[in-house]
Amino acid sequence: MLLNQFLGLAAILFCIGVYGVLTRRNGVMVLMSIELILNAVNINLVAFGAYQGDVGGQVFALFVIAVAAAEVGVGLAIVLLIYRNRRSIDVSEADLLQG
Amino acid sequence: MLLAAGASETFTPESWFFDNAWTIPALPCAAFILILLFGKRLPYKGAEIGIASVVTALGLAILTTGAWVGEYESHQGSHSAEAVTQDVELAQDTDSFEIAADAGEGGEGHVKAEPVVRKLDWLSSNGKSFGIGTLVDGQSVMMLLVVTFISTLVHVYSTDYVHGDRRFTHYFAFLSLFTSAMLFMVLSATTLQLIVGWELVGVCSFVLIGHWWEEKANSDAAMKAFLTNRVGDIGLLIGMTILFFAAGNTFDILDINDAAINGEIAHSTLTWASICLMAAVMSKSGQFILHTWLPDAMAGPTPVSALIHAATMVVAGVYMVGRLYPVFWDGMSIAGSSINLMALIGGITCVFGGALAFVQRDIKKVLAYSTVSQLGYMVMALGVGAWTAAMFHLFTHAFFKACLFLGAGSVSHACHHSFDMKADMGGLRKYMPTTHKTFLIASGALAGIPPLAGFWSKDEILAGTGGWPGTNGNGTYYIIFAMGMLTAAMTAAYMARTIWLTFYGDYRGHEEPHESGKRITVPLMILAFLAVVAGFFNMPSQWVGDGLGLKFEQWVEPAGTRLPGNFTHAKPSISLAIVASLLAVAAGAFVWNYYKKLYAKDPKATEYTDGLASRMPLAASAHKVLEEKYYLDHLYTDTIAAGTKGPLARAAYWFNQNILDGIVDGAGKGSVGLGRFIYKYIDQGTIDATVNQTAAGAGQSGGILRRVQSGKIRQYATLMFGAAAVLVAIFMAAV
Amino acid sequence: MSQLAMLAAETQEIATNFFFYTIAIVSVLSALKMVTTDNVVHSALWLLIVLASVAAVYVFLGAEFAAATQILVYIGAILVLLLFGVMLTRAQIGHEDDLNHPQPMQGLMVAVILFATMVYALADAFGTTRLDALSEQRVERTDAVADAIFSTYIVPFEAISVLLLAALIGAIVVARRD
Repeated sequence: MLLNQFLGLAAILFCIGVYGVLTRRNGVMVLMSIELILNAVNINLVAFGAYQGDVGGQVFALFVIAVAAAEVGVGLAIVLLIYRNRRSIDVSEADLLQG
Repeated sequence: MLLAAGASETFTPESWFFDNAWTIPALPCAAFILILLFGKRLPYKGAEIGIASVVTALGLAILTTGAWVGEYESHQGSHSAEAVTQDVELAQDTDSFEIAADAGEGGEGHVKAEPVVRKLDWLSSNGKSFGIGTLVDGQSVMMLLVVTFISTLVHVYSTDYVHGDRRFTHYFAFLSLFTSAMLFMVLSATTLQLIVGWELVGVCSFVLIGHWWEEKANSDAAMKAFLTNRVGDIGLLIGMTILFFAAGNTFDILDINDAAINGEIAHSTLTWASICLMAAVMSKSGQFILHTWLPDAMAGPTPVSALIHAATMVVAGVYMVGRLYPVFWDGMSIAGSSINLMALIGGITCVFGGALAFVQRDIKKVLAYSTVSQLGYMVMALGVGAWTAAMFHLFTHAFFKACLFLGAGSVSHACHHSFDMKADMGGLRKYMPTTHKTFLIASGALAGIPPLAGFWSKDEILAGTGGWPGTNGNGTYYIIFAMGMLTAAMTAAYMARTIWLTFYGDYRGHEEPHESGKRITVPLMILAFLAVVAGFFNMPSQWVGDGLGLKFEQWVEPAGTRLPGNFTHAKPSISLAIVASLLAVAAGAFVWNYYKKLYAKDPKATEYTDGLASRMPLAASAHKVLEEKYYLDHLYTDTIAAGTKGPLARAAYWFNQNILDGIVDGAGKGSVGLGRFIYKYIDQGTIDATVNQTAAGAGQSGGILRRVQSGKIRQYATLMFGAAAVLVAIFMAAV
Repeated sequence: MSQLAMLAAETQEIATNFFFYTIAIVSVLSALKMVTTDNVVHSALWLLIVLASVAAVYVFLGAEFAAATQILVYIGAILVLLLFGVMLTRAQIGHEDDLNHPQPMQGLMVAVILFATMVYALADAFGTTRLDALSEQRVERTDAVADAIFSTYIVPFEAISVLLLAALIGAIVVARRD
């Protein structure tokens, strides 16, 4: 098998995730797309770990999974807060940072 | 001149305190964390932790100083027997006068202590190691003592001054961190540490100046201090980076100095590096044109002002120049002439800063401008090559300026938290005898009245310029000397004004003032005592003999290799000392009489109408310029900071109206015509049109840029990913 | 190597490729469905399939422990959390009109440019580098992973546990009604 088979799959999933982040308006769905991006990165980590014969790739994939769990927890809390304040989780409406 | 012949012997001082100097900054740092964690629950709200840590640090600093002096004296004792015989032999074949002078100057006849460096690798990357460590030598020992000493008194004083404040605990936490940051910077062995300490000091000053941030003016002052310092910090980063590469990939201060002395770094490189670093010094040590944050920083609690002005923040710049002296000395000297840019900056600062002190109503602002002026003195001394004189002035200035600031705080404590000398003070000597006496002594020291501390250090700087016949410094700087003399006179004059307005005449405020408590007066008395005796550490040997004279110079001056090789010390001159003292006394007396007459007519007047400014148009316009602080704040806020929004045109117009017109009116009718001509044709026709168009262009580009800041998360994400893709593409194309 | 062994190796290669591409196609299609569907709950279910197939990809790479963790943490915990999020924000269960941004072209362009550069970079750097993931010596045993986590990577591991605690407290503080 080629290393590029895995890397290519990861690249496709990554770009789909980016597309999702950029087009979704629902906060929860944006978070889902971010999970997709993180998964693509994990495939890369594990693939490179296997390629180098190093267990580190896998270990870091595990760390990323743990960090992703934390990220979803905090992210959902923020989305809930936005929902409570604005009765909507449309991220395109949250534009108070406008300059 | 005599370097090769009298090659001074060096020795390596040894003591537990030099190896473990890191404990001194570590103590207040630990106190900071402890106060934040447990401060609120303690009976004295965390003040006890701060005081305990800083007192322990002071104890350690005193022991370190004692060890340093002891090491020096014991080596000197064993050395002097040989030195005497050497000197006699040498005296036979060279010019005996010079030898006697140099031996007396504490230069070549004395042993030199090698700096004690304890370093460990912090991290290494790509073969470059980034060290962290402590550098103990005379200069850092002296600073350790000054910083911990002033900080201890400020801590004690603060327990009364900010008593009952809603952020009392927070205040003490940051006071500890401030002290710790300064001590860390003082001890740093690498430029990297210097930067870290420098920035930490900046952050702490921001927090403490804005301690009462609920008032807009205070938080603005904190912002101003922080932003002005950022301007210089960029210079610091660039300068240190240049030095890192120029000195052969090293952050080590001693290595950089050696490289600069041995000529391994090209003069032009040194010039660029020192210009960048000078920007940092100018912003931190309030040198002219970047000094504007300093008076505004008076918005903080008074003990903080004392700490900032006497020991921590503002002397950081002077300290850095002293630390990297070979770099600055070589870099700032203008090629092909004997003029050093540093001396010029310092000279301008001390004159212009001193002039500003005359028009302030706020007692703290007078002191702030006096600090600006005195820092200018130190930089000027460094510029003319009087390294030791500058450090000595830093040392003495710390004591009397801290005393003055704490005295001002005591006065305002009595006058119901007002700092306005004209409206709320006057005649306070009857009500506050202790504050009055200590303030008087410290002012005398600042003005250079013998035999108080300031007299000795100021005299040494004036001699160091070499402008007075027979002083023979590192060159003869007549202009710098004149600036120094002028400043000495001005200092005495504005301090006389301050004392008159505050302590003499009739009380003009309302409600009865009262003397402050013990926790305020005792630090004042200690500082006043030091303002008297601190100067005795460096009396010229020629006047008091070798046993007593020039102790400070012998203890503090680093080993010969760390100062540029061809250095000599100026010879003290009794005639100069007499003239300078008389000048100061005369200037003070003149101003004193002026105010006495002024207030004799109406002792209760809070504004007087027949002063100099109202009688002479020239004085009036000068007064106006001074009151507007040379219009520098207008330049910064209206022109530079807000430039993109279009007030450029307004500022230029305003500049025209206020300054050009002012001058024109004073000069007479003929000039008025000329002014009108300029205004009508050149200004309106040419300058305004250009300016308007610039403003319009800036406005348009601002409008375009504004669209990027839409606040929409999606757009930000799009830009981020898009930019990442573009960067990857560029990277791919490049590799 | 004998003829037979070569044949066996070739057959195995074809078989693994077949399974890999099947899983890859499933995951890509599910991912596409996930970012385009107009039903929030369906989107979450599509994500489930993507996550499961990523776990399968880990198995191809000889990373069984990562695969198990993927299923336990992602599908067992994170996905459930996301579904709770959908529920708590009272999203419509079923078809919804305004889930997508009215102009998806920007996002599409960025994604395509990103993809193009990545494909170019990958082809350039690892053109035909082989990865013998399934050969004996490449399979990482789970105890090796455990050894690595608790010796070499012990500090990051502890840091992550602190991070999780902080995130836990942070999430409660942020979302709490007060």
